[in-house]
Amino acid sequence: MSLLAEISGSIGSIGYGLAAIGPGIGIGIIFGQGVQAIARQPEAYGIIRQNMLLGFALAEALALIGFVVPFVYGT
Amino acid sequence: MAFSVLASGGPNCKIFSGCGFPAPGAEIFQFDAILSFSIGGLTFNVSKVTFLLLLAVVVIIGFFGYAFRKPKLVPRGAQNVGELGYLFIRDGIVKETIGKGGEKFVPFLFSFFFLVWILNFWGIVPGAQLPVTSIFAIPVTFAIIVYVTWVPLGIYKQGFVGFFKNIMFPPGVPKGMYILLTPIELISNFLVRPFTHAVRLFANMFAGHLLLATFSIAAFYLLTFSVIGIIGSAASFTLAVMLTAFEAFIQALQAYIFTLLAAVYIGSALHAEH
Repeated sequence: MSLLAEISGSIGSIGYGLAAIGPGIGIGIIFGQGVQAIARQPEAYGIIRQNMLLGFALAEALALIGFVVPFVYGT
Repeated sequence: MAFSVLASGGPNCKIFSGCGFPAPGAEIFQFDAILSFSIGGLTFNVSKVTFLLLLAVVVIIGFFGYAFRKPKLVPRGAQNVGELGYLFIRDGIVKETIGKGGEKFVPFLFSFFFLVWILNFWGIVPGAQLPVTSIFAIPVTFAIIVYVTWVPLGIYKQGFVGFFKNIMFPPGVPKGMYILLTPIELISNFLVRPFTHAVRLFANMFAGHLLLATFSIAAFYLLTFSVIGIIGSAASFTLAVMLTAFEAFIQALQAYIFTLLAAVYIGSALHAEH
């Protein structure tokens, strides 16, 4: 099989870019819906904010793993 | 720290001088031992990291010891601040996530919140400028402490079979789904949970510190008598200052999230989902 394309240089940064797509969408949804929920029900601000941050932390972990892995496994 | 990074490029490493940008890497998180001693064959190395870790413990014990040395019914001064911190953990985190039976865990989570926060906070203190939690061993230790707290607690409270049954077979799901759901729940609760718990804190601090270092070095690297140099250097410096403020926010947020997740895990061990 012949080589069609090759990437050289910092592949880890490309990996991070790919890893940031999903969490980016996720965090956008979380905060968008969170703000909407606060606007609809301002008195539930405390509970909404807490769950919003919890969801944010869970989604963000994926992007952060993508950020750290090139440092750990990079050559 | 910043000096050692600049030293890798050299103090004369500037733009247009044929010197590439000395981008900081993982090596800025490695420190030599300041002093080392051995007790009974074990060698202990004290580096900047260990020193800041111990200093954080001293600061926390010192502050809260001072704040609650003579507790009064009507709090004043430092006691006010201390009680505010306590109420934040008790009402803001424990009551909303653990609920009933959570009072016992307030001291545990309280210590964790302030320790993690101070350790993160060293990242923007001039002179220290190292978030201690960006050394992976430290968040891993914290996550292990939380893990060995909530797993035995769950087994103790719900019984060995009940605890694993509640986690592996969440109720209200069609029977066939368990083939798919049980392995996922098992892996995500017992393997991924402690891992992400540690990595989240570590990676945030690691990334933040690297970002600050990058822009600080860029401000120095671009500082030459040229249009690009002055504009670039000023922009980098401004960004570094703004990112410092942003980091201060992220540090508190990550300490909060770490504590919040610890509380959620303990809550899941105390009360089964149903």
